[in-house]
Amino acid sequence: MAIKAKHQRLVLLAVAMVVLIGAAILAIWALRNQASYFYVPREIVASPPEASRAVRLGGMVEQGSIRTLPDGVSIAFVVEDKEARVPVTFRGIVPSLFVEGSGVVAEGHMGSDGTFVADNLLAKHDENYVPREMKDMTGEELQQAMAKGK
Amino acid sequence: MIAELGLAALWLAAALAGLQLLGGMLGLTRKGEALGRVVRPVAVVQGLLALCAFFCLIYVFAITDLSVKLVALNSHSLKPLIFKIAGAWGNHEGSMLLWVTVMGVAGGFVALIERRLPERTMLATLAGQAFVSLGFYAFLLLSSNPFERLSPVPAEGQGLNPLLQDLGLAFHPPTLYLGYVGLSVAFSFAIGALVTREVGSAFARAMRPWVLAAWIFLTVGITAGSYWAYYELGWGGWWFWDPVENASLMPWLAATALLHSVSVLAARDALRTWTVMLGVVAFSMSMVGTFLVRSGILTSVHAFAVDPERGSFILALLAINIGGALTLFALRAATVSEGARFAPMSREGALVINNVLLCAILGIVLFGTLYPLVAEALGAQVSVGPPYFNPMSALFAVPMLVVLAVGPMLRWRRDDFARIGKSLVIPAMLVVVMSGALVAVADVALLPFLGLLLGVGLAWASVLPLRGRNLRRLPLAVWGMVVAHFGIAVALIGMSSESAFSTEKLVAVEVGEITQVGPWGVKLDRIEPVAGPNWTALEARLLVRYGPDGKVTRLTPQSRTFWAPPQNTSESALLTRWNGQLYAVLGGEGEDGRWQLRLWWKPLVPLIWLGGLLIALGGLLALLGRVATDVRRSIQSDRIAERREGEEKLREDRA
Repeated sequence: MAIKAKHQRLVLLAVAMVVLIGAAILAIWALRNQASYFYVPREIVASPPEASRAVRLGGMVEQGSIRTLPDGVSIAFVVEDKEARVPVTFRGIVPSLFVEGSGVVAEGHMGSDGTFVADNLLAKHDENYVPREMKDMTGEELQQAMAKGK
Repeated sequence: MIAELGLAALWLAAALAGLQLLGGMLGLTRKGEALGRVVRPVAVVQGLLALCAFFCLIYVFAITDLSVKLVALNSHSLKPLIFKIAGAWGNHEGSMLLWVTVMGVAGGFVALIERRLPERTMLATLAGQAFVSLGFYAFLLLSSNPFERLSPVPAEGQGLNPLLQDLGLAFHPPTLYLGYVGLSVAFSFAIGALVTREVGSAFARAMRPWVLAAWIFLTVGITAGSYWAYYELGWGGWWFWDPVENASLMPWLAATALLHSVSVLAARDALRTWTVMLGVVAFSMSMVGTFLVRSGILTSVHAFAVDPERGSFILALLAINIGGALTLFALRAATVSEGARFAPMSREGALVINNVLLCAILGIVLFGTLYPLVAEALGAQVSVGPPYFNPMSALFAVPMLVVLAVGPMLRWRRDDFARIGKSLVIPAMLVVVMSGALVAVADVALLPFLGLLLGVGLAWASVLPLRGRNLRRLPLAVWGMVVAHFGIAVALIGMSSESAFSTEKLVAVEVGEITQVGPWGVKLDRIEPVAGPNWTALEARLLVRYGPDGKVTRLTPQSRTFWAPPQNTSESALLTRWNGQLYAVLGGEGEDGRWQLRLWWKPLVPLIWLGGLLIALGGLLALLGRVATDVRRSIQSDRIAERREGEEKLREDRA
């Protein structure tokens, strides 16, 4: 394998560029398919994402909606905004600040029966650790965000 | 008083950094040569002053001086002393002070002991270090003063986030910062070399120990952080592709690439511009990481405060430093003469592939981490997680690991695959047997499957460079390489085994009930209240047994309630056996009196962190070997110089 000695630098540069640009193109392609989008109840009811797609649902936990299922480790509750409500099921240990009437972000996917199946719940931990999407989500501010057509 | 002392030290250090920059720049001109002589001492004093400021901060935290705003906001008099001290850097201002301290001390250290490079390059290097430091001093003093006083003085502090009240906090951030900021030395060396256009083996040999040291700290920091997240968060995972984890992974990837290319430069004087480029990129990644973490634009345990002013300040720093360095690179790269050439099939060739693939993975992680920010600017809120990161990074990691198995056996300059092909037969057979066994025994997903195969093959291949060599006389650096590569194999086996063979159980049990997870029988013996210095907890007493006739051991996961600040955390309990770990988390009590338990049996999972430590150990061995060689070399050259002088004197005397 005799690469003309003079051109070695160019060849190396070309190889590196091809790999790196290839990686970048692949990354962009994969990101379009794999990024998980954030929904509020109104949006997820209006146009539910496919069941295979991982998404996040953020809203308020409806008063009086949390109930434990018979297996003792699953719960069902409703996430709402002013316009829509979405039933959610979750299997696991709930975060300690997950309570009715406060904000939550659920990671998971839409089930075929219109129930959101959550794999993970993010609740407000403390002042220093708030899921970004929930920062403004206290009652009226949520309303305003909705009004802006987010 | 102590707080004011710290602040004064900080201002003085900043002023000296200014002087260091000025002296370094003027020292490069003919007229200012005299000024150049002050640069080294100034750098040393600057480092000492920064260190002094940092100790002042630790002191006010240790005595809980609540008149200092930072202490009042982040500490509490009832906290154990170790967490009071660690709390000094468990917040935005303190961590930035730690940053400039490490940077100052590293610069001072370089100024004190680095004598191999031409003085002009050293001046440019120290000036570069001062320039970057100045930016961070300005950031600290103007927008995040850690010593700000508070009036009126509150009766009690607000306490530290309980998640951070852990021994992990005492070690994880300082090690990681030593790594992050240690890379600033490589950055400054790259700048210095670009300014004076002296890129060559001597430059690489001078830069290598610094890169190695920073890389070791990064490796240890990441490993410790991963283990901390694993047991503290109670989610059973060891890597979440959290933006902050990525922020530490990116400099590590760049530093790993740099480490290998700097070796090529030192040994063979090839890859000159590429190495300089990586020197710039590695520290840039540290700064990008800091920006992501400290600007509060990301959701994370680590994002202390959301303050747009700080975000823009760091962004500006980032733009100036990285933009400036890249501009300098663009202007000067073409004038650095080309290094030695090599055939594609050679040690250099393998290292080039390693470098390019590492950079590709770096790009993948960077894209995935920044994408949510870009998307948000375009009006969509997205998050990117394992479904993107796992397959995409594996796509490039798999070929890289294959090259890693082969590369260390190749000779420099030119080699023939036929020569080493034979020694690869055994690892190849191992891989084949292993894949047959895996397919026959278990249903394993593609990625862990590949990981297990590669891990086993690599474990064997990584020790092959020792074959046929006198082990006693083998240089430490070679031992270091072998140990580090073996560590990668070990970690890989741990990761793959964890994701392939873990069993999880989530149950609600009554007191006295027995449940099974993997080979373990777990009995909930009782639930009892316990109390700590600043928390109370419900503690589950679990009696666990491995297999039907193993020894019964007690395991005590807790659900803790802290009162300052009021917050609940769950403390997981771990039981380590030689072949894995049992992991238990206590959940809440149901209405029917049953308790939620989450249990995992994770075969071979400790190998992940053992592998990480082996990688760091390999780095340490290499560092010791290099430093010892350098010292020996400098003693020898001193002796030669002495002898020459003696001979000349003798000649003169005769004459």
